Amino acid sequence: MRNGHVTAPLAEPASETGAPLLELENVHVSYGAIHALKGVSLRVAPGQIVTLIGANGAGKSTTLRAITGLVRPRAGAIRLRGQEIGGLKPHRIVQLGVAMAPEGRRIFPNLTVAENLMMGAYHRTDAARIAADLDRVYRLFPRLYERRRQSGGTLSGGEQQMLAVGRALMSNPRILCLDEPSLGLAPALRQEVFRALAQLHQEGCTLLLVEQNARAALKLAQYAYVLETGRVVLEGPAHELAEDPQVRRAYLGEG
Amino acid sequence: MSFQTFVQQFFNGVSLGSLYALIAIGYTMVYGILRLINFAHGDVFMVGAYLFFYLVALFHLPWYLALAGAMLLAAGVGMLIDRAAYRPVREAPRISALITAVGVAFLLENGAIVALGARPKAFPRPAVMTQVYQISGANVLGVSFWVPVLALVLLALLLLLVYRTKVGMAMRAVATDMEATRLMGVDVDRVISYTFAVGSALAAAGGIMWAFKYPQIQPLMGVYPGWKAFTAAVVGGIGSIAGATLGGFLIGMVEILFVAFFPMHSGYRDAVIFALLILFLLVRPTGILGAPLKEKV
Repeated sequence: MRNGHVTAPLAEPASETGAPLLELENVHVSYGAIHALKGVSLRVAPGQIVTLIGANGAGKSTTLRAITGLVRPRAGAIRLRGQEIGGLKPHRIVQLGVAMAPEGRRIFPNLTVAENLMMGAYHRTDAARIAADLDRVYRLFPRLYERRRQSGGTLSGGEQQMLAVGRALMSNPRILCLDEPSLGLAPALRQEVFRALAQLHQEGCTLLLVEQNARAALKLAQYAYVLETGRVVLEGPAHELAEDPQVRRAYLGEG
Repeated sequence: MSFQTFVQQFFNGVSLGSLYALIAIGYTMVYGILRLINFAHGDVFMVGAYLFFYLVALFHLPWYLALAGAMLLAAGVGMLIDRAAYRPVREAPRISALITAVGVAFLLENGAIVALGARPKAFPRPAVMTQVYQISGANVLGVSFWVPVLALVLLALLLLLVYRTKVGMAMRAVATDMEATRLMGVDVDRVISYTFAVGSALAAAGGIMWAFKYPQIQPLMGVYPGWKAFTAAVVGGIGSIAGATLGGFLIGMVEILFVAFFPMHSGYRDAVIFALLILFLLVRPTGILGAPLKEKV
């Protein structure tokens, strides 16, 4: 079942260049009395890897939760290809093309690896394309193929992260959001996850990456935003931010 | 106890146990997903019996069609209860949902008294249920034989649904991580609705077969079987379908054996089961097959 031909991945048609795929404009989110996002604006162009870096509690995860509909923005706009998606239910947003590999992986431990992947394709009905995407995920992460009949709970942390990414890809998204994909992984596995993300980028996928590991994220991404206490304090091409003295001091651990 | 009596009591226990199992599954599935004890579940059991009664009385349907029809209608009732009563308090603290469930139970019980009358009605039993079979020299009433058979068929269908269909996969996913399931593009409210439908259909089947066994129905008929099925779900391990099934058969057997061995104390048959509930809650609250308690965040 793994010799299916390579299908067109989640690449955006070339005609879309210029217009952002995803755009946040002045987004505010509150949890009760806590004002977690205080007017975040950002844009993700098709085919790009964009990363959000910042300290714990800066609002990185909240930004992703607002995009995927898990929290409702109090104000501001979230647009996918020009269409307002802010405040829609999460399942609608997934159907429109936003997938998420959540923090802590959140795979289904009692479902098999194959079932976990099929959950990612839940809203789709095109059986042939689903099978092709399943092939593609198994090529990206051969280990998942080997363990497809095992329950998700028996996988190691790194394998679970691969499963979380693969599961998100199964929805055939326009944009894949990743929340701390390297958190808690041994260095070798972390590299494997980043290698997979680079490969997805090569295939034309659009990624929005939230990472604690700013060094690795800035190396991989084309564009970056720095969040501090719910605001974007700095943005720019990733290689420029990696050279910025302020970023080097605060996030790359350099004097 | 003679061998014949044993065979008779065995069939009694199995048939009663299979009914508890059918009801317990509804408790356990809803609990597994929402962490809610649906106190109205026993009353859906009563609604199912009345639906069968009226389908036969008004439309003269054969019993198997009336059974299927009543299960379908009860599924709708279950979905309606979820939509009208539980969904509005989904984000509220869990105690609100629990109080709502008690309210729905009272509403169904008293609504049925008002609408259908408190006087018991004689239940139309199909002929196969009253036939007497000779098994190993013992006389076994049709109902004691056919009820477990029907229950096992329904159980097999349920397992097919839960383990071999897409919506069943979603039910298992929602039970472990509702938020992650939402991120998969699953309309979780709809999956919950289907869960209520399945549980309610099984409860209706239980109510109807209960009335095949004890052919009188009245609006409060679901209260004690409901509580005992809840006990079965707890004893088996709440949240687990296998546990609910095991617990159901166990409770049925214990009840029948208690009555068989202590006929002069048969008035305590309910008390014995509830003592078992208290015992399990004290000693092993996760039940026989339950996983260690994990607080859901």
